[in-house]
Parts: sequence; structure tokens; C-alpha cells
Amino acid sequence: MSLEESRSLRVVVYEGEGSAPLEAQARYDTMAALLQEGYSVTRTDGRQAVSPDDRTSLLVMGRFGSDGPPTFEGADEARAVSVMEIGDRDPESITELVRGRRDEIDGFDHGAWKPWFPVIDYDRCTNCMQCLSFCLFGVYGVDGENRLQVQNNDSCKTNCPACSRVCPEAAIMFPKYRSGPINGDRVSSTDLKREKMKIDISSLLGGDVYQMLRDRSEKAKSRFSKERNPDKALNERKKCLTKLAQSGDIPDEVLMSLPAPDEIQRRAEEAAAKADKARAAAMGNAD
Amino acid sequence: MANKTRILFCNCTYAQVVPKSTKEGVLRKLCESEAAFDAVADLCEMSARRDPALQRFAQAGPLKIAACFPRAVKWLFAAGRAPLNRQWTEVVNMRTESVDAAAGALATEAVTSNLPDDHKPPMAGSENRTEA
Repeated sequence: MSLEESRSLRVVVYEGEGSAPLEAQARYDTMAALLQEGYSVTRTDGRQAVSPDDRTSLLVMGRFGSDGPPTFEGADEARAVSVMEIGDRDPESITELVRGRRDEIDGFDHGAWKPWFPVIDYDRCTNCMQCLSFCLFGVYGVDGENRLQVQNNDSCKTNCPACSRVCPEAAIMFPKYRSGPINGDRVSSTDLKREKMKIDISSLLGGDVYQMLRDRSEKAKSRFSKERNPDKALNERKKCLTKLAQSGDIPDEVLMSLPAPDEIQRRAEEAAAKADKARAAAMGNAD
Repeated sequence: MANKTRILFCNCTYAQVVPKSTKEGVLRKLCESEAAFDAVADLCEMSARRDPALQRFAQAGPLKIAACFPRAVKWLFAAGRAPLNRQWTEVVNMRTESVDAAAGALATEAVTSNLPDDHKPPMAGSENRTEA
């Protein structure tokens, strides 16, 4: 099941008519525990509609007491709304019950994938396709109007912001990145100069970042083959990877997972051809 | 109360970029208030999944979002096919604001719109291309 097709469970903490309110501490503990498990939680006093959306099931919980829960509009199987009495249960047992409900509806397993992917700022993106030609993992593509878009966000390598480093307009954000402007902070003129400088640095390295990766990889391979001491070889490899990581801000895990040099070359050529085609088509559209 | 400003809190569950003390403090203050609000585990995850709940938030009228940088939030919603209404939306940045400042901003009914202006940049290769 793709990310987009997955179904989610939203929890509603109902404190309106027909239900006793939770104490502030119990409310906080319950909500914090559910959020930590990946659920969306709505706290309502009953004056707001809480109808489910497509692909969303609702679990309405509250302290309904001996009279039982009130009737909720749309609370039937077809609308996927269920009701749960929580009484004085602690957050752990509430979370356990919610997990059970999620399993019943085959809901999305939150937390299995860390949401790390590029977010395009179309106020800045000029459709230059540098990111598309750079990315080896097929994250980028174009839409029907040959406009750049993120197509496979779950193919993105966690914690790797390298494509944002090749964007001359600082238009690629990773909201979970540590610093600006990649994290979505304002783009200053200094940032733009720095971004452009990074492109120049990659040019100085041979005009092609992947060529640099290939060269380094080949050199490292030759060093390793001559090196008989495994500890020294390991240290050399670490040193090499550290340098690469520093030059491109690429995490070690991503560098370690890069394919063989000839496969890198093949994918780089494929990505470059895809970008060239999209650029040409976009120019055609503009004429 | 159809036009009452809604509050959306993002817990940024899958990263440590929002200070833990800030998000816990803001959530605690929301829970201590009488306010009805929505809390989500992670807006990034919802955007990646194009969760239809994003549309519910974006289309429900005045909205205050406690999350991260306004530029990131604007384009996360857009990527989730739920573009935000600039006039109706205020983003409270928990990466930079204190607990008191963030909670204070959420408690105010009036929305101070702070999403970046829409801007159409020149396309690469076009004759009108100018330096940013």
C-alpha cells in the first residue's frame, strides 16, 4: 500500500454535553501519549463538527458515564466512527485500546517511515531541473505541464539534504533539517550567495559531483586493494567518507548505500537525460 | 461559531528540531485552556501521505498553526494538495518562539497572517530571467 493510499485513525477527545471533562493533567498525558504514537487527536467541547474525511476513521473517546455515549451524527459503520468509554483509564491503556482499533481498520503504521523528503518552494523554484538531474534515487519528476515535482518522497534518503545544496535558488526545503534556509527559514541574500558558491565548488571539483564520487570511490578502492592491514583500510575508508560527507553534507549512511560506480554513472546519466527532456519540454511549452 | 479561529498543533514527533520543552509546554498550555483544538503527530508525514485532513484544516476558516517556519508550513500544505489561505492563516514557529510567546499567540482570536507572499519566479531559460 502506498503512503497516499494508507488509511489513518483520528482520535477525538470528546468533552461536550453527555460527557464529563478530563482534568487538565489527564488530558495532557493522554494527548501527549497518542501524539507520540503518531495519531492525530482533536479535543472538542461538542460545538465543532468532527466528521471524518476520506481515508480517515474516527475514534471518539470520553467519560460518558452510566448513561452511555450520546449519539454522534454519522456514527455508524459506513462513516467509520467508533466510540470508546475511557473512564479513569491511564494513558498507556488508552493508547493500547487505540492501537487495537487501528489494527482493526488496518490503519497506517505511524513511525515506520521517518518523513524526510524535499519540499519545493514554488515561490522560488525556476524549474532549472538541477535537483532532478542530481538525485540518483528517482525522488523528482515533472507533472503534466513539465513542472518539477516531488514524485517519490519515500525514496528520499533520510537526513540527506544534498539536492537542496545544488539548488541555486534555495528553493528546496527539508523542514526537519537543523539549519536555515534548508529548514524553511527565510532565504537571505547571503544564503543565496552561499548556495551559488556551493555550485561553484562542485564545478571546481570537476563539474560533476558524481564524477567526484566515482573518482573518490575508485581511489579508495585502489587504496584498499593495496592495503593489507584491515584496520588501516577501515580508517582510510572512514576518512574518505568523512571528507565526502563534509563536502556535500551527505550522511555516512547514504554514502555507504550508494551503488557501485558504474551503477552511479548509469543512474546519473538517466537522471540527466530525464532533466534535459523535461527542460526541453518546458521550454517548448513556454514558446 | 463557524468562523471561530481554529488551532492546529504539530507535535513534530519524528524529529528533534522543535525543542522538546517548547512543544511540551505549548501542548500543556493548550490542554489547560478551555480551547478546542486539533493536534497532529507530524505535519510532514501528513503532507507526504497527502492526508485529506490537511484540506479540512486549510478550508475551515481562520487557522493558527503551531509548528515550524511559515515558509515550510505553506509548502508542506501545498505539497499535501491543501493550499492554505494566506489571509486566514498564522503560523506560530515553535522552533524560534518561547512557550509563553507561542501559547500567547495561539490564545489570541485575531489572526496575524504571516505566510510568505505568493510570487511567480522567472523560469530557467526564459528571456525575462533575472537574478534573485
